[in-house]
Parts: sequence; structure tokens; C-alpha cells
Amino acid sequence: MRELSFSEAIREAMAEEMRRDPTVFLMGEDVGVFNGVWGVSQGMYDEFGGERVRDTPISEISIIGNALGAAMTGMRPVAEIMFSDFLMCAGDQIANQVAKARFMSGGKANVPLTIRVTTGAPGSAGAQHSQSSESWFLNIPGVKIVVPSTPADAKGLLKTALRGEDPVLFFEHKMLYASKGPVPEDPDFMVPFGKAAVVREGKDVTIIALSIMLPKALEAAEELAKEGIQAEVIDPRTLVPFDKDTLIQSVAKTGRVVIAHEAHKRGGPGSEIAAVLAEEAVEYLDGPILRVAAKNVPLPYSPDLENYVLPGKQDILAAVRSFKIHSK
Amino acid sequence: MTEKMTEKYAIDLLAEMFRRMNLVREFELRAIAERRGGLIPGFIHSCVGQEATAVGACLALQPGDAITSTHRGHGHLIGKGGDPKYMMAELAARSPGYCLGRGGSLHISDYDLGILGANGIVAGGIPIAVGAALSFAMRKQPNIALAFFGDGATNEGAFHEAANQAGVWKLPVIFFCENNLYGEGTPQHKQAAVKDLAVRASSYGFEGVIVDGNDILAVYDATLAAAERARSGGGPTMIEAKTYRQRGHYEGDPQVYRTPEEIEAWKGKDPIPSFRRRLVETGVFTDADLEEMEGSVFKQLDEAVAFAAAAPRPEPGDALAGVYADVHDGLVF
Ligand SMILES: Cc1ncc(C[n+]2csc(CCOP(=O)(O)OP(=O)(O)O)c2C)c(N)n1
Ligand SMILES: [Mg+2]
Repeated sequence: MRELSFSEAIREAMAEEMRRDPTVFLMGEDVGVFNGVWGVSQGMYDEFGGERVRDTPISEISIIGNALGAAMTGMRPVAEIMFSDFLMCAGDQIANQVAKARFMSGGKANVPLTIRVTTGAPGSAGAQHSQSSESWFLNIPGVKIVVPSTPADAKGLLKTALRGEDPVLFFEHKMLYASKGPVPEDPDFMVPFGKAAVVREGKDVTIIALSIMLPKALEAAEELAKEGIQAEVIDPRTLVPFDKDTLIQSVAKTGRVVIAHEAHKRGGPGSEIAAVLAEEAVEYLDGPILRVAAKNVPLPYSPDLENYVLPGKQDILAAVRSFKIHSK
Repeated sequence: MTEKMTEKYAIDLLAEMFRRMNLVREFELRAIAERRGGLIPGFIHSCVGQEATAVGACLALQPGDAITSTHRGHGHLIGKGGDPKYMMAELAARSPGYCLGRGGSLHISDYDLGILGANGIVAGGIPIAVGAALSFAMRKQPNIALAFFGDGATNEGAFHEAANQAGVWKLPVIFFCENNLYGEGTPQHKQAAVKDLAVRASSYGFEGVIVDGNDILAVYDATLAAAERARSGGGPTMIEAKTYRQRGHYEGDPQVYRTPEEIEAWKGKDPIPSFRRRLVETGVFTDADLEEMEGSVFKQLDEAVAFAAAAPRPEPGDALAGVYADVHDGLVF
């Protein structure tokens, strides 16, 4: 299969849907002439023009609110927010408007709206440009939350978002943009929401890894294999809807869980996942549910401090080794 | 002519204008070089070409006045008296840096000098400046606040809410817009349907004035007038200073959104050589005087870079301290 980078896969999903459906359009800060600050929309302005690849003023409230209004009235907007940290600037529109429109209207409002946003620490970007804010929205019923880790998933999940009828927050980790992987060419290739991917099978421990932590978990699993420990690596891919079953089945087999994400540990996605497992899979557990996550401090500028705060492969290894698994 | 210039402006002030503008320019060029060289790990948004706005506005303020800055904030810091040594150390992520290496260029601050921080959030500092002005007013302190922000920032809701409130409460604050014609890659005319952003002030009930942002004396005069108005209970003023950033939005920006001709034309209106010429032509300083000042700026920055390079790096575990004023095991567990 041909390989694409993560950002190429996202661009391909958007461009294909825009060719197919005239109601799909992209709007955001510098998505057009500038090609997006991360280059994700490279060439799209040239192909689709400024009407459908719309540069907006620096106005996050307006970007999200406009996209919502357009979605309610027949368009399928993709609204890009440059950094997930800036989602807070549009906080009311997301939390009180976008997420609640369908429910509050008794199902009358249709909200086919995709909010694409970059997430995670690109290195020394400081406390306001590095956050992984997926879990801020977990407590807001009404938005779907998608956190892809591979180019194929990025494309297939984005297609599902663009063809769906619900608002989606689509989190793209900046350090994944350049990563490459096989991506199907079929223009109808879609990855369903609410279906976790078992990326590597194993019987000794389950590592649940989100976003940038997936490649790190796979590296860790490789090392663990040399020690005779067979780690199963699972990527939930979407946090809302959430695929409990795949995780519980895995835990039933391994009895041990490590949850890895780059968001802060307190209140991060792992808190919710751990709670679900504690409620529904406790009988299978042979040890504590461990979380590998960023420490509970703002992300520092200094690389010395930042590396200390962010989770890495070593932290996953340490967590798994703490189970003192004796390979059979 | 000399008479006129020195009648209106103290000679020390003119010298300080020249020195600080050069300090800003040279700081930027060194920082860019040191980033390439690897001393500085993070992004830099340089203000090369915008020295007159930063320095001219800050020199019109009093030491106890407060400013809020932006992502393009090195000039504001130096303008308000920031020390390039600690700035360079901060950019190099070293312990003696202004923010202990935690903030970097984007979040640099010096609370002792009334610099309430650069900001990674466009328009994020504007309501904070209004809050500082509120505090001065409530405590009957004779100080004022000045918010620096770009043209693009005036399109954020935060600007509107802050300006409206300052207008209603007649707070001692200056809204200082450095209009460099672009917000990242998007030109102002694609972001706002008005030609002059200063007109926005009228909808908040205060005056908006336009100045040539590459003329430090014009910037100084306008800011001083606004400061006097604010200090005497006359409320806010918005100043729109028309200027230009000569380099990319950030270092490495391919600048596909503007032409080399446009950049060259604006380099012809560079605020530093034009002020230099004026100082010599009016006989305020000789060429030799100015060369000496330039030399001392160079030396100061040599020292700043050497200081930063030799400064210790923070210990990784330091990251856990200083998130809260309190110390409690349950805070950052
Ligand atoms: C809330 C928010 N939105 C977007 C950005 C990304 N961003 C950083 S600087 C910038 C342009 C700001 O333009 P302007 O206010 O004119 O300042 P300039 O960069 O020209 O000095 C943008 C869009 C941000 N940092 N914060
Ligand atoms: Mg600007």
C-alpha cells in the first residue's frame, strides 16, 4: 500500500470530501494562503479557492460559532483551531452551544461540524502551546472526541467525522504530522468511531496508548518482548464514543493495565478509562491500573524541565516492569 | 533645529531612545543567531522593524506603570527597562532567566518592572492591562497601564470586552496597537473591513489616534499625551501605530503571503537609521557619539550571550515547584 504522512492523510480526507460534497469547507486562521501553520492544508487554497478554504480573522469564538451556524443550516464545515490551547478562547461556543444544540432543540438541530485542532507538545513551545486538552471535553456530553495516532486512522476517522451528523473534536498531535504509514486509496475508506484498534497482540499486559503515546508504546512493547513479556497494545482511537469491550476483553486476558497519554495525569483521559475498568473489569485485574501521563504542572519551556514533565517510553517500561511479570 | 529638538526632548531621553532601539534590534539579531546556533531551543517572533513602537511607548511611561506584552515582546521588555542578560538566559532556558527557564520568549516577564508578561494567546494580555488599570484606580495610585497588541488581536473578543469595560469605567489604560499590516500570514484588509483600526475606539467612547509607528518621536508624543490623559482621569486612549515587521512572523516563516518588494520598501522606512540621521542632522549628537552608543550596545549583548551560555540549566525536578503558592503533597502529585 502507498504510504502517506499523517498530515497528508488528513489533507487527503478533507480534499476528497470537498470534491465529493460541495457543502464541505474549511475555515480557520491561516489555513488558506499560508497553507496552515503546520502545512496540513498545503495546496488546498489553490485547488478550492478562498471561498471554500477560508482564512478567518483571529477570532476563535467567531470561527466556532460561524461553523456551528453554518452546520445547522446545511453546510458541513471543518473549523480549524491552530492549537488546542486556544479551544478555551472559544469555550462557550463549544461547551454551551455546539455540544448542546441537538439535545436542547429536541433533536431538531443537525450539527455536522468537525473541529480540527493540533494538540500536544512540539518541544519548547511553552505552557500555552503544548497542552493535550482532549479530556477537558470529556465532561461535556454532546461532542465526539477523536484522537488518531496513525495516518490511516487519521484519514479514516476524519472521513467518518466529515460524513457524520454530529460535532467532532479531532485532535492531531503535532509530533505525528511527519510520521508515515500505509493509507488505503479507496475514497470510501472510513474508520468507525467507537472501535479501538488492537495494534499489537500480547497476553501479559495491556498498554492502552493514545495519540503520540502509541508509537512510544509500540517501541516499549518491542523491548519488553526481548525480556519475554508479551504486551498487548491498544489504541482507543476515539474517546467519545468509547469502546469498552475491546479493552475489557484484553484485560480479561492479561490482567494488567497501563494507560499512557500525554495529557496531564489528573483528570486526563486515563482517569476515565481507569474508572471504567475499575467498574467493569475489576475481577480480571491482577494489580493496580497504572497511568503514564504528564506530571501535574504546566508544560515548561526548558527542554530539561519539559522532558521531565512529559511521559515517555521509559515511563511505560517502568510501569510494566513494576508488575514484576515472570514470563511463562 | 538642535534647539528645537532639545527644547522639546531632554538630551538624555533622545540618547535613551537611540540606545534602546539599538538594543532591541541587536537583541533580536543575536537571539536569531543563537537560535540557529542551538543555544535557544524555542520559537522566536522577532520585532525587527518595530523598535520605535516598543521603545517610544515605554519611554513615555513612568517606572510604576504596568504593561502587558505579546508573543512579539522582546522590544516591550527592553523598552520598559528589561535586562538583556536575563532575557537571553530565559530564551536559552537557563535557571537565572527571568522566568527560571520555564517561560521562554513567549511568556517572558519582569513583574518588578511592571511587565505583566508576554503572552502566547493573541489578545490575552489586553484584559489584564485593563485589570491593572482598575487596580491602580481603586487604590488611587497615580499609575497607568498600557496593553501592547497587534492588528490581528483587535479581532479577538477579548479586545472588544476589555476596551468596552475600560471605556465605561474610564480606566487609566492605553490600548497600544502595533499595526504591522499582518496577523501571521493574513493581511489586515482580509481581517478587518476598516482601514484604520483606531476608529474602533470610538465605539467604546474614547479617542483613537493614528501615528507613524516608525517615527519614535511621534510614538513618544502620542503615548505621553495618552498617558497624561489617563493619569488625570480622562480615561483610555487607543493608539494605532502603523509599522511593519521586517522578518517573518516567526523565524523560518517562508513568507509566501507578501512580496520581497514590499519588504524592501519598508526596510527603506526602518525606524533606526532614520532617527539616527535626524539626530546627526539636527546636531544633537555627532556620528562619533552615536557610534560609541552602538558599540556599547554591542558589548552589552556580547555579555548577555556569554552570560546565558555559561548559566546553569534548571534541574529537571525543579519543574514540580512553583505551580502554586502553597506547598502540599496533594497539589502536584
Ligand atoms: C488565541 C490565539 N489565536 C491564534 C494564535 C496564533 N497566532 C500567534 S501570533 C498570531 C498573529 C497575531 O497577529 P497580530 O496580533 O497582528 O500580531 P503580530 O504577530 O503581527 O505582531 C496568531 C494568529 C494565538 N497565539 N492565540
Ligand atoms: Mg500584526
